[in-house]
Amino acid sequence: MTPHDAAFLGGYLRRYYYDRFSVVEAPSHIRQREFGYRRVASEMVRHIKISGHEQLRALLMRQVPLDVYASNARYTFPDAPMQEKDWQGAELIFDIDAKDLQMDCRPSHTVRTCGRCGYGGYGEECASCPGGGLRSVSLYCDRCLGRAGEEVGRLLDILREDMGIDSGVHVYFSGNEGFHVHVQSEQYLEIGSQERLDLADYIMCQGITPERLGMKKTKTQASDLASIEGGGWEGRFAKHLFGSKAGRTKRAKEIVAAGYDSFSDTIQSVARSLGVRIDPAVTSDIHRIFRLPGTINGKSGLPKMPYVDTFDIDKILRILPHNDATVRASCPAAFRLGSLQIGPYHNEYVTLPLYAATYMICKGMAHAV
Amino acid sequence: MVTLGDRELGRYPFLADAGQKLKEYGFTLEQLSEDSDLEPVRQRALRRIRMATEEGRVDKSVDTSDPTLPLEVLSFLLAIVLLKLSGARHLIRRFALQEARRAEAFLERDLGAAVTETQVILTTKIIHDLAGIEITKESDSFVIPIPDYLRRAVLFHAREWKLVNRSVRAGRVYLTPHETVRLIRQEMTNYINSKISSAATPQMVPGLQGFVKELMAADARLQPKITWSGVLPPCVKHAMETMRGGENLSHAGRFLLATYMIERGHSINDIKTYFEGAPDYNESITMYQLRHLSGESGSNTKYRCQSCAKLRTLNLCYAIPECDGISSPLQFGTQR
Repeated sequence: MTPHDAAFLGGYLRRYYYDRFSVVEAPSHIRQREFGYRRVASEMVRHIKISGHEQLRALLMRQVPLDVYASNARYTFPDAPMQEKDWQGAELIFDIDAKDLQMDCRPSHTVRTCGRCGYGGYGEECASCPGGGLRSVSLYCDRCLGRAGEEVGRLLDILREDMGIDSGVHVYFSGNEGFHVHVQSEQYLEIGSQERLDLADYIMCQGITPERLGMKKTKTQASDLASIEGGGWEGRFAKHLFGSKAGRTKRAKEIVAAGYDSFSDTIQSVARSLGVRIDPAVTSDIHRIFRLPGTINGKSGLPKMPYVDTFDIDKILRILPHNDATVRASCPAAFRLGSLQIGPYHNEYVTLPLYAATYMICKGMAHAV
Repeated sequence: MVTLGDRELGRYPFLADAGQKLKEYGFTLEQLSEDSDLEPVRQRALRRIRMATEEGRVDKSVDTSDPTLPLEVLSFLLAIVLLKLSGARHLIRRFALQEARRAEAFLERDLGAAVTETQVILTTKIIHDLAGIEITKESDSFVIPIPDYLRRAVLFHAREWKLVNRSVRAGRVYLTPHETVRLIRQEMTNYINSKISSAATPQMVPGLQGFVKELMAADARLQPKITWSGVLPPCVKHAMETMRGGENLSHAGRFLLATYMIERGHSINDIKTYFEGAPDYNESITMYQLRHLSGESGSNTKYRCQSCAKLRTLNLCYAIPECDGISSPLQFGTQR
């Protein structure tokens, strides 16, 4: 990132936080949270305590951070070193990232960029800087986000039906390539990392055994197999395997006849498709700091924003600065950011709305002029 | 409010308030140690301890031969007195475990037989007193909130205890009486352990000296001898081979390799050599991170290697039959 780029981003961030501080969501129990931030081209600063809205506003205005984070954990001493913070509990958070979904469109919107000369392409090496490393960058894709949104929907179903959590659930666009689901439930607040890992495995349907679905190693009857009326994974598997009640008997007999090992293989592959693709490392980490809702994601220049029912990127883009900005862009791919068509650009000057120009700089596909 | 009667206290004597009970019965320690009428209490107390330490069997009987003598409660209290006087750490642990197994058998039977409202209230109260869980009965199942289930089930390593292998609905887990009791087994043991450790050690009385001496000798025989075979667990072996092959190992894999070797007492300089094959090897960064993990620098926290459960989720587990029953790579190859 050039000094010009840093100054450009600084201006964008200052304007965003000046105009849009109202969309920044201060967490509940703010005094018990650990905050952290990173300024443009700087190291992360952590273990900060914020006393209230005004102090948060002051931090954003003074530091103009590229990224702002707050812990999902509550501590007695949030500004103390980690082992002295006195952990009091942490809200459940689930992270669904489009890059983990391995969509077939992904190679078409993943490009490589050279940090030295600004080259952007699909090649393994920079033409101008031999030996230099290229950074892989994924560009905005409606299809990937749409698919990630489906995962969010399935996660919400499990939270409601299986976990009994039907309030206090907030869904956020991460600002880049995925979604964060925050669960404010006092019931789950104090469970530890191992418990969260098991909960994550449940949501991913990882480790389900044939026995859970009624198949034993010996002497299984067709009627022993999972019931469509069963709760949780039992019912979901039964619906997937049998389709309907009418088809159950015939299909169940076939499954029993094929035997335990065959069923075991079947459920492993079904579990992969039925399980929700959350990141278990995120859910099980009880000391992590997460991007603060309403703040800018430094990887894209877009804000982390809540949504209800349907994700609409244009609605989010509308709150960002739209005035024209000229940048020198190098991007081999053409893509859409909401209703705006961007690229391809071949090391050329282009004029874009300020949020889009910022997006290109954050992605390393453009430089400020 | 529901109070436990003599029948329940005979089965779950650890739920009785020891001091209160002795006062109620009006026996002194001298009487318990010497009175010939109380010989059955002494014999029962010794049998309780011996069964736990020597025979390893669970005594599921309740002696009701003398309706005027609360034998089960008194023998339990005397057993605790003997254990406290002998200071036998290993015996106490085994005794608590054995008493928990005994109570477990009764509780499972009582839960299964709980049909009337009073029976259900009584059994669920016992579980509440022991483990602090609000449990309810629904048809033939006992139902507990998911967080309460998770807190206990993560201590088990069999796949059947993973939440995904449980019947779950609307935030609650459905269990059979057997599973319910199994789930709180550790708490029963802890409960009995804490009862013993919080009990005051009385003054020695002459009648008990012989028994105490015998228990001290038995405790010495139970001293565990732990040896490590020197064989690496498969997850660590895999991490090591990946590094040796010059392949890229994930951050979590490197953490495992480093923390495992630190725990095994290898020097940082020795451990560094395992990382030299990494494609992105940088000596100063490696040394910095190893010092940090070992607690030599930074926050002075010595990091522990991940548990088997965590490694499974991180796709770093390469379990072999020898891994059965362990919950951490550090337990691999250790023998008692």
